[in-house]
Amino acid sequence: MSTQQIDTSINSLLPTGKQEYTITVYTENQIGILNRISIIFSRRKINIHNLNTSPSEVPGIHRFNIVIEETDEVLKKLVRQIEKQVDVLKAYYNTNDEIIWQEMALYKVPTDAIAEKAKVERLLHQFGARAVAIRKDYTVFETTGHREETDKLIEALEPYGLIEFVRSARVAIIKDSSGFHSKVKEFEKRQPSEEVIENEFLDKQEEVFTM
Amino acid sequence: METLEITKEEIKQEPKNATNVTGSVALLEILLAEKVKTIFGYPGGAIMPIYDALYDYRDKLEHILVRHEQGSIHAAQGFARTSGEVGIVFATSGPGATNLVTGLADAMIDSTPLVCITGQVFAHLLGTDAFQETDVVNITTPVTKWNYQITDATEIPSVLAKAFYIARSGRPGPVLIDITKNAQIQKFDFEGYVPCNHIRSYRPKPIVRPEYLEAAAKLINEAKKPFVIFGQGVILGEAEKEFKAFIEKSGIPAAWTILGLSALSTDHPLNVGMLGMHGNYGPNVLTNECDVLIAVGMRFDDRVTGRLDKYAKQAKIIHLDIDPSEIDKNVKSTVPVWGDCKETLPMLTKLVDKKTHPEWLARFEDLKQKETETCFNKDLRPTSDTLSMGEVINLLNELTDGNAVIVSDVGQHQMVACRYAKFNQTRSNVTSGGLGTMGFGLPAAIGAKFGAPDRDVVAIIGDGGFQMTLQELGTIMQNDVNVKIIILNNEFLGMVRQWQELFNERRYSFTDIQSPDFVALAASYRIAGQRVSERDKLKDSLKQMLEHKGAYLLEVMVGKEHNVFPMVPQGCSVSEIRLS
Repeated sequence: MSTQQIDTSINSLLPTGKQEYTITVYTENQIGILNRISIIFSRRKINIHNLNTSPSEVPGIHRFNIVIEETDEVLKKLVRQIEKQVDVLKAYYNTNDEIIWQEMALYKVPTDAIAEKAKVERLLHQFGARAVAIRKDYTVFETTGHREETDKLIEALEPYGLIEFVRSARVAIIKDSSGFHSKVKEFEKRQPSEEVIENEFLDKQEEVFTM
Repeated sequence: METLEITKEEIKQEPKNATNVTGSVALLEILLAEKVKTIFGYPGGAIMPIYDALYDYRDKLEHILVRHEQGSIHAAQGFARTSGEVGIVFATSGPGATNLVTGLADAMIDSTPLVCITGQVFAHLLGTDAFQETDVVNITTPVTKWNYQITDATEIPSVLAKAFYIARSGRPGPVLIDITKNAQIQKFDFEGYVPCNHIRSYRPKPIVRPEYLEAAAKLINEAKKPFVIFGQGVILGEAEKEFKAFIEKSGIPAAWTILGLSALSTDHPLNVGMLGMHGNYGPNVLTNECDVLIAVGMRFDDRVTGRLDKYAKQAKIIHLDIDPSEIDKNVKSTVPVWGDCKETLPMLTKLVDKKTHPEWLARFEDLKQKETETCFNKDLRPTSDTLSMGEVINLLNELTDGNAVIVSDVGQHQMVACRYAKFNQTRSNVTSGGLGTMGFGLPAAIGAKFGAPDRDVVAIIGDGGFQMTLQELGTIMQNDVNVKIIILNNEFLGMVRQWQELFNERRYSFTDIQSPDFVALAASYRIAGQRVSERDKLKDSLKQMLEHKGAYLLEVMVGKEHNVFPMVPQGCSVSEIRLS
């Protein structure tokens, strides 16, 4: 991220005005839709910073959150390309100040370090970390927040022996969206989604041959 | 006894698709229900059950056996382009399917409606690197409007219905359906076919917003130098009449992209010619002089716009397109008009004033005069020893009177054919525009003939492109396809050679291509033909070709180092177009 900022300041020909955007996409629950959406970015050599895809509150409809860094002009075009896909219901894009977002992180640290050093306990407290598993040899903590906050806790825990760390993609709510829930629900009610048909034959060799 | 009779009665009343058929039979019944008549295909292991079922449908479904799967898809494209119907392709898994990729990419960028059926290995073998297994759905995702893999026969009716609907609605495009072998042989209760006319996540046509049309009409009515540029959207939207009515009422000169060619007859007084890199002089220069530019069903390809930051900067731009993602993609519009031009054009025609623009039209005429002196005379009535491509097209126009379907391949001959061919009716120009696929011409001509069986189909192909798909001469032979093939042979990969001459100091790096004896080659396929290199024999040889019953190959030896001009060099503005 920092190199990119330096580059832009040195070379004024580079497109300026890049910033972090969160793209929200409602899609059908279809095999292959993830690929259809992701190639829209890879075709243009745009890196996806993080991506979350999960069922929305309405069964049959999935919601994607995709975070990339680009200009407003490029975003407009990307979102239109996404919406053009047959299995996409709707796509939006927002800057960071237009959304509320969170990322979840899990930290695995040696239990000894916490038991022995009061400082660690204080630290975890200070960052609002919550223990989700306590074992004899390790303890797993969870925090939820923005990237900078989780980064800071990693830094703070490092000296005490951080064993493993993972963070989720961003989940985001659009501030000025009024009533997506009711809209999506109404939509699904009017035109129910189709069932996803998966390959049921992968472990049924003989049955297939005698079909 | 009695029960047996009743059963017979039932069979008589109900078509055999009533119950319990194989996936393959259901597929063919669906094709019949969709009024498919012609399939272009090539059999293979994973699609054998469908071909076995097809054996019983030979009297209802015409199957054209090609010589290579690329030939089948280009033929289906040619068919779709002349007929306006969905082209159908059958291919097997693995190499059969991957051979379709070029055609899919071509159909995707040129918005050609296709439904391609590929066989696939048994569902239980997916992901095991089975014989002729390839991940076709993922390979073709970027080059299809939609694709889907069927692993269970019960999916066939609804998926095929969606496939046809998606391929032909909105901005058309290719759809690929991959069917595993088990689904082809699996029996299921087929309760008849219900065509699809709605998919909840898919909006084929944007809602037309009248306020934008009003804004567009206001700009047009105030314009002094309005200019219409149109593309294939007019043909795909079947809006040729509506388009003609619009330009005739508003009196606005109109120029075309090569895929828009033939939507408006070439001798219409308001038709001012071709846009783009090798387009006509006037339309290119005046793009940068007009005050309102009205783009109809075209997508501002870089070969049309030249350098974007110097493209029509002085003009207000009105962009009519059915695909919202095309608006503002390359050129920012002042007034976007989303919608099907079949709907939007009549609305716009109603709002515009009846007008003529004689002075503005005279500007086009002036520049045409300049182009006549420098290019037309040299191309169409040359005095050189060698024949020119232009004079061949010119004589062909004379003999066909602009009634033929012209299929071109890619390269210099394509630009010459598009610049000079005369057209009286729509869906007459078949060429690979967006992808520029060499080898497209011959197979596309085969399909074009099936799509327009009552019309003369003339394929104009270069010596390079012809050698990319010449195996399809076998298809022409076996199916008695009456196509006329003109090879414009300059013994070079001419377009690349032209660039090497102009921009690489004549360093002719691997553009000097040798050819077989094309006439003898055709003869070996039992196709008549001759070679001509003299001017005084050219017209007669063209006549002979057109009058011949059945396919004919005419090889015309043309000047080796002729160039196509005018030309907008890459990286230049359209107004910097060069006449020599």
